[in-house]
Amino acid sequence: MEIKVLKDILSANDQIAERNHALLQSKNVSCINVMSSPGSGKTSLILETIRRLKGKVRIGVIEGDISSTIDAQKVSGEGVPVLQINTGGECHLDAVMVGHALDNLPLADIDLLLIENVGNLVCPGEFKLGEEKKVLILSVPEGDDKIYKYPLLFHLADAVVINKIDLLPYTKFDVEGFSKALKGINREAQIFQISCTTHQGIEDWVSWVVSGIRYPHKRTVK
Amino acid sequence: MHELAITQSMLDLVLDEANKTGAARVQRINLVLGEMSGIAGDCVQFYFDYLSKGTNAERAALSFRRIPTQARCHNCEEVFSLKEFDWSCPKCHNVSLEITAGKELYVESIEVE
Repeated sequence: MEIKVLKDILSANDQIAERNHALLQSKNVSCINVMSSPGSGKTSLILETIRRLKGKVRIGVIEGDISSTIDAQKVSGEGVPVLQINTGGECHLDAVMVGHALDNLPLADIDLLLIENVGNLVCPGEFKLGEEKKVLILSVPEGDDKIYKYPLLFHLADAVVINKIDLLPYTKFDVEGFSKALKGINREAQIFQISCTTHQGIEDWVSWVVSGIRYPHKRTVK
Repeated sequence: MHELAITQSMLDLVLDEANKTGAARVQRINLVLGEMSGIAGDCVQFYFDYLSKGTNAERAALSFRRIPTQARCHNCEEVFSLKEFDWSCPKCHNVSLEITAGKELYVESIEVE
């Protein structure tokens, strides 16, 4: 006997992601899922964002890595609440892991939650966490062809950050060609060109982050 | 790389559906995988053989229906497959497009006894 099912394989994860989303909304917390390959600058961008918004937006961070607490220690040094998830081999964060992390973060004291996903340009795309926005970082040394090789994340991202633009003179990275391909498959995507080393373009990025915070009444530290 | 989590999730869903109908055994699972999902069928099979041991779905046959990535041109409505390094419309060369297929990741049906 054949039974029609027609259900998304990740529907269980999606349901928990919706629960996370509802919890964050009820606590007036905006949430961004930051994704990229390892070494593209996720932690650097998060640190820059925290420094720029110190005293203006109360940020919390979830760090996802296969192992180690290196990133959590860096973020903790900025004096913001941070929770490290070690996936123990899993190549992405999922909604259950994030749900546990949310239970252990002081959500009442957080306006903006930044989730640093496990460094990977493939797997995190499939797993919703409960975020409002997905941000993808592509760094210049990785090359402008990654959009053709790993299209899903580029298609899903609300914003794509081209990081390490101070290295453009030393590479063949074609910003215009890349942006054209990105806009082709993702009309709505915002594109930022930044360098966490020279701080170029960080202002535009931070403005966009702030404009997306849905609960401005909570923005100012009381 | 994410096939372990995908396979576990798929198995949970299938066992749940089979349980609802009171089926004793799942014989076949028909899956639909879009090209963009980047799921390797061999890996799913490998994990499935391991994870399904001792369940009602042990030794069920897995069938994979692959959906190629397709797009529709925002300008002329032409529907086409994405070519490597060229995502422009073959008819009007516009680059603004909508992905219409290729993101699928679902269980279409199961065959039970």
